[in-house]
Amino acid sequence: MIVFALVKAVLVVSAIAAALAAVLVVAEAFLRNYGPCKITINDERELNIKGGDNLLSVLTAEKIFIPSACGGRGTCGLCKLKVLEGAGPLLPTEEPYLDKKEIQDNVRLSCQVKVRNDLKIKIPEELFAIREYTARCAEIKDLTLDIKLFRFELTDPLQISFMPGQYVQLLTPVYEKSSEEVYRAYSVASDPAQKNIIDLIIRLVPGGICTTYCFEYLKVGDEIKMNGPYGEFRLTDTDAEMVWVAGGSGMAPFVSILYEMRNSNNHRKAVYYFGANKVEELFLTDQMKQFEKDLPNFKFVPIVAQPGEGKNWDGETGLVTQAVQRNVKNAGDCEGYLCGSPGMIDAAIVVLKKLGLNENKIYYDKFA
Amino acid sequence: MNISDQMTQAFIVCISAIFTNNILLSYFLGLCPFIGCSREMKASVGLGLAVIFVMTCTCLLNWLVYHYVLAPLSLEFFRFIMFIIIIAAFVQFVEMAIERFSPYLYQRLGVFLPLITVNCAILGASLFMVIRDYTFIVTIGYGLGSGIGWFLAIIAMAGIRQKLSNDSIPKGLQGPGITLIIAGIMALAFIGFAGVLAGQ
Repeated sequence: MIVFALVKAVLVVSAIAAALAAVLVVAEAFLRNYGPCKITINDERELNIKGGDNLLSVLTAEKIFIPSACGGRGTCGLCKLKVLEGAGPLLPTEEPYLDKKEIQDNVRLSCQVKVRNDLKIKIPEELFAIREYTARCAEIKDLTLDIKLFRFELTDPLQISFMPGQYVQLLTPVYEKSSEEVYRAYSVASDPAQKNIIDLIIRLVPGGICTTYCFEYLKVGDEIKMNGPYGEFRLTDTDAEMVWVAGGSGMAPFVSILYEMRNSNNHRKAVYYFGANKVEELFLTDQMKQFEKDLPNFKFVPIVAQPGEGKNWDGETGLVTQAVQRNVKNAGDCEGYLCGSPGMIDAAIVVLKKLGLNENKIYYDKFA
Repeated sequence: MNISDQMTQAFIVCISAIFTNNILLSYFLGLCPFIGCSREMKASVGLGLAVIFVMTCTCLLNWLVYHYVLAPLSLEFFRFIMFIIIIAAFVQFVEMAIERFSPYLYQRLGVFLPLITVNCAILGASLFMVIRDYTFIVTIGYGLGSGIGWFLAIIAMAGIRQKLSNDSIPKGLQGPGITLIIAGIMALAFIGFAGVLAGQ
C-alpha cells in the first residue's frame, strides 16, 4: 500500500512538472525567439547570435569575459559596458548602479540588457582583450644558465593587443611532474606592435611546476594556452624622468616598454639599473646598447654584484640598490619602475624613498 | 456559505492581510528583496506591483492544483514542492509573455519578475491559504491583500530610506542594518492595526 502511494505520488508530481516544463519549452520556442541578431563590438568585431538571452551570457558564450560577481542577477553592478544602439530604455533594475555621467554615456548593466535586436556595444579595450590564446612555441633561446627567452606565435586568435608592461598567464598542462593544470604569470617582453608574437623571459625555479615544464618539456612547435593580458604596470602619461630597477627575469616588461618607446618616438629620460650576481648573468646587453643608440635619453646601467677575479668588468659593482643610491641625484623629480623578486622590490622601494622619491610614484608588479 | 457571504469574507481577509496580518511586517516573509530593492522608489513600486500580480495569480493556481489534484489523490504533503514548481513556471512564463508583447510593461514590471521567483512571501501566501482553508473566492481576496500589504510595506520603506539618504547614519548601521531596524519599528506600528479588525 505504501509502495503504491509512493509510486502514485512520484508519478503525479513528475507528470505535473513535465507538463509545466513542456509548456515552458513551447513558450520559449515561440515567445523567446527573436531570430538572429547581430552584435557589433567596438565597431570592429561582429557576433551573429540567436536573440532572446541577456547580453552578459551571450558575451560569455562567445568567450568575451565581462566581470560579474552575482552571476547576472543585477545585484553587483559590475558588468557595466556601453550599449550605443538597440538596448531600449534604461531599466529600473539598472538605475541604482549607474551615476548620472554613466547614464549619459549609455552605460548599461549587461546582465539586464536583453538581446532582442541588433546591438552596438563598446567594451573597454582591456576587457575585450582579456581572453584565452592558443600559441605555438616558435623559439627557445638561452639567455643565461637559468634564464631562457620563449617566443610564442599566436594561432588562435592570431593577434593580441597589450600595453607594454602587462603580463599573461601561461597554462601549464598536466605532465609527468604535475597532476594538475596551473597558471603562472609572466610579463610580456615582446614588441607590442608585433601583435602575433609573445616573448616571455623565464627563469628556472628549482621545483617550479611551470618553469620546469617550460625548461625540460616544452619543445619548439608545441602548442600552449595562455590568457591575458593583465596588469596595471605601465608607463605613466607624464614626462617625468624615470628610474628603472630590475633583476633577472624582471628584464621582460622593460624590453617591451623600450620597444614601445622606440615605436612612438618617446624620448623620456630613463635610466635602467639592471642587477646580476655575475658577469655571465647579464643578458640582452647588445639589445640594450641598440636601444641606447635609438633612444638618446635612455641609459642602461648593468651592475654586477661579484665580478670575480680575472673577469673583464669595468662597470658598476655591488647590489643594484647600492648603484641606485650612488647614482640617482634628483629622485624627487623621478618616477620609479621596479620589476624583479619581491626581495629586490622591497629593497628598492626603501632606497628610492630614502632618496626622496614619492612612494605614490613607484610602480611595480610583485610576482611572489 | 453562499457567494455573497464569501465575498464579504474575502473583503475582510483582504483588508486584514494588508494591515493587521501584513505578510512582510507580521510574518517577516519576503525580506530579501524588501531590503535589497527598497533603495529607490521607482524600483520599489515596480517590484511591489509585480508581487501583487504574481501573488494573486499563484495563490489561485495553487488553490486549484491543491483542491483538484493533490487533495483528491491525498497528496497534500506534496504541496511544498508542487507550489514551488508552479510559482517558478508561472513567473517564467509571464516574464516571457510580457517581454514579447508589451515592452512598456516589461520595463516597468517584467524586469522584476525573476527576482521574485524565489520570494518566500509568494510561497508563504499559498501555504497560509491552505492552512486557513480558504475558499476560492476568499483566496482571491487573500492573495490580493497579501500582495498589496507587501507593496505598501516596501514603498513605505523606500520613502523612509529616501529621506534617510541625506542623514548621517553611523557607519556600522548603514544599508541593511538601519533598514532592518526601521522594518522592526514599522512592524510595531502595524501592530496598532490589530485591534481594528478581527476577521481571520
